[in-house]
Amino acid sequence: MPVMSYIQAVTTALKEEMQRDEKVFVLGEDVGKKGGVFRATDGLYDEFGEYRVLDTPLAESAIAGVGIGAAMYGMRPVAEMQFADFIMPAVNQIISEASRIRYRSNNDWNCPITIRAPYGGGVHGALYHSQSVEAVFANQPGLKIVMPSTPYDVKGLLKASIRDNDPVLFFEHKRAYRLLKGDVPEDDYVLPIGKADVKREGSDITIITYGLCVHFALQAAEKLAEEGIDAHILDLRTIYPLDEESIIEAAKKTGKVLLITEDNKEGSIIGEVAAIIAENCLFDLDAPIQRLAGPNIPSMPYAPTMEKYFMVNPDKVEKAMRELAEF
Amino acid sequence: MATEKINMPQLGESVTEGTISSWLVGVGDKVNKYDPIAEVMTDKVNAEVPSSFTGVIKELIAQEGDTIEVGELMCYIDSEGGTSNEKDPASDKKEKIEEKTEGNPNADQSMKKRYSPAVLRMAQENDIDLEQVNGTGKGGRITRKDIEKIIASGEMPKPNVEQPLREDEIHRDQSKKSTAQIPQQTAQSGDIEIPVTGVRKIIAQNMVRSKQEIPHAWMTVEVDVTELVNYRNQVKNDFKQKEGFSLTFFAFFVKAVAQALKEYPQLNSAWAGDKIIQKKDINLSIAVAKDQELFVPVIKHADEKSIKGIAKDIYELATKARSGKLTSEDMQGGTFTVNNTGSFGSIHSMGVINYPQAAILQIESIVKRPMIVNDMFAARDMVNLSLSLDHRILDGLVCGQFLARVKEILEGINKDNTNVY
Repeated sequence: MPVMSYIQAVTTALKEEMQRDEKVFVLGEDVGKKGGVFRATDGLYDEFGEYRVLDTPLAESAIAGVGIGAAMYGMRPVAEMQFADFIMPAVNQIISEASRIRYRSNNDWNCPITIRAPYGGGVHGALYHSQSVEAVFANQPGLKIVMPSTPYDVKGLLKASIRDNDPVLFFEHKRAYRLLKGDVPEDDYVLPIGKADVKREGSDITIITYGLCVHFALQAAEKLAEEGIDAHILDLRTIYPLDEESIIEAAKKTGKVLLITEDNKEGSIIGEVAAIIAENCLFDLDAPIQRLAGPNIPSMPYAPTMEKYFMVNPDKVEKAMRELAEF
Repeated sequence: MATEKINMPQLGESVTEGTISSWLVGVGDKVNKYDPIAEVMTDKVNAEVPSSFTGVIKELIAQEGDTIEVGELMCYIDSEGGTSNEKDPASDKKEKIEEKTEGNPNADQSMKKRYSPAVLRMAQENDIDLEQVNGTGKGGRITRKDIEKIIASGEMPKPNVEQPLREDEIHRDQSKKSTAQIPQQTAQSGDIEIPVTGVRKIIAQNMVRSKQEIPHAWMTVEVDVTELVNYRNQVKNDFKQKEGFSLTFFAFFVKAVAQALKEYPQLNSAWAGDKIIQKKDINLSIAVAKDQELFVPVIKHADEKSIKGIAKDIYELATKARSGKLTSEDMQGGTFTVNNTGSFGSIHSMGVINYPQAAILQIESIVKRPMIVNDMFAARDMVNLSLSLDHRILDGLVCGQFLARVKEILEGINKDNTNVY
């Protein structure tokens, strides 16, 4: 089984889907000849040509709008936002049009678009190249938000997103692109959207998180295992809609729950996870539900010291996990 | 710096022990000499224990809720100035032992009784007595895992009531005067559980003691206080204006009782095991209720006071009781209790004697009723006086005479022969 980086898994999934279905095309800033600023679409222009790999103007609302229109006419566009921070001009298109059209047209129309966007900090990218924007979209029924944490999940979930008949926001952690490597099968597999995944079985504390933080939690768990602390780690993978069943099961397993996100703490998606647990697991809880997240300030500072202060990292995760285990 | 002991002080003439209701300081706190360090409750009064030294609190030996005998160790303090007396080797040894227990990693038990929902549910479902479980969590907290382990082991600590009592446990239970055979009451959902602490606990203990030890007997007489009522109503507004406090009926009754006790000192006595002590002073305890608490302050030398003097004492004691300012002094020395049950509207009650006194008199409600006077119906103000007596000390005859005398005094009160001053 080949070992791939996170971004190679993105490219592979795009390539395989474009080979499989000629309705699939990509569009975005510099995705064509340049192959994307992160090289996510590397080689696609050469293989599929300028009509299926479209370089667009610097206009995110147009990227989304064109993609949405094409999707409603039966195409399967994969639109790329160069950075998730720049998705804001396209919010109206995504929320008011893409996510509403099935409901608004009484099922006559649908919008099978996938919008990819690299998010997250820790890359010394400063304010407009580091933010987590998922919470903006996480209460818009009609929309799905996928945030994978491993190359294996990236391939399976990006394929599923492209094949999904409704709009999917596919957020990729930009620091994970080349940091994370893993086994990715060559075969054509898809993973279910809306299903969380247990990344580590354990009995002392439950960690529920997504994206890059899954790796911080896994690293910390290995360290803590030497001290006899056995962590159970659930990767949400899809953060909207949430996989309530898996969340409840994981929370009940140990009764001590730590929720982690790189996003600002207040109003982040883990607050919703906490609410699900509070509604369903009261009599299984052995400790207050804990949240580890970014501070409630705009992300992200440029100064390395301040960036480090803002970001969730393995040390912070380890400390929070140990405290919860000792409670 | 020298480590000094602070012991339970003598908080009242007959006080032998005190219960620590709360510590006002913690380990590491700096205190000045005479600063209050703890609130202590005795069966007479709540009081603050002052620090005997200026220094830093080193270790609290007694826990909140512990009952400590007078002179027993409460805490250690590192005093400034080093005026410590030489320590005896015995206390040295004791300190060493205590230091050892301090070294125990599980010494902090502050979270021992903080149960999580999971722990409570599992304990209830499996009938586990959490009191008997040792917690491995922070601050001694019992964790879900602790309970899971117990369930897996199958050795569940059951609540005491369901355990067959062993010989030594029976003995221990008897010494605690607990009623092991009665199934424990458990609260149903929606019920409110109120822990019995503080004054409530002391009231309970005193009542049980009185009822268990004293063979109570009861007697009631009916008194016509029409003239008294007329007189009091006539002067009460003037009195209030002049004196600033109310002239209550109760003051007249207390005065009459004090006078009658002078003539029948048998009722002004206490049971002392192999003897009866007849008291010289007539100090009348009166019951004052405050929210959930009941205080019994004392009107000293009631026989030497005018009706006004008694009314003033009642007013001041009641005010102090309601504002929580009663001192140990205010509560001491009672020889007989007069209880104003009429203020609750009661017309007949059987009081529990205020141990170790010989009797308690309940003044019931004054009620206007048709009575026959000179073979004719008349509307009269009537009141019942209910006496509870310790039958070891008193018999019906002397009590009957005493009540008849009280009745005679009260019925004799009218505007022509009585002056409140």
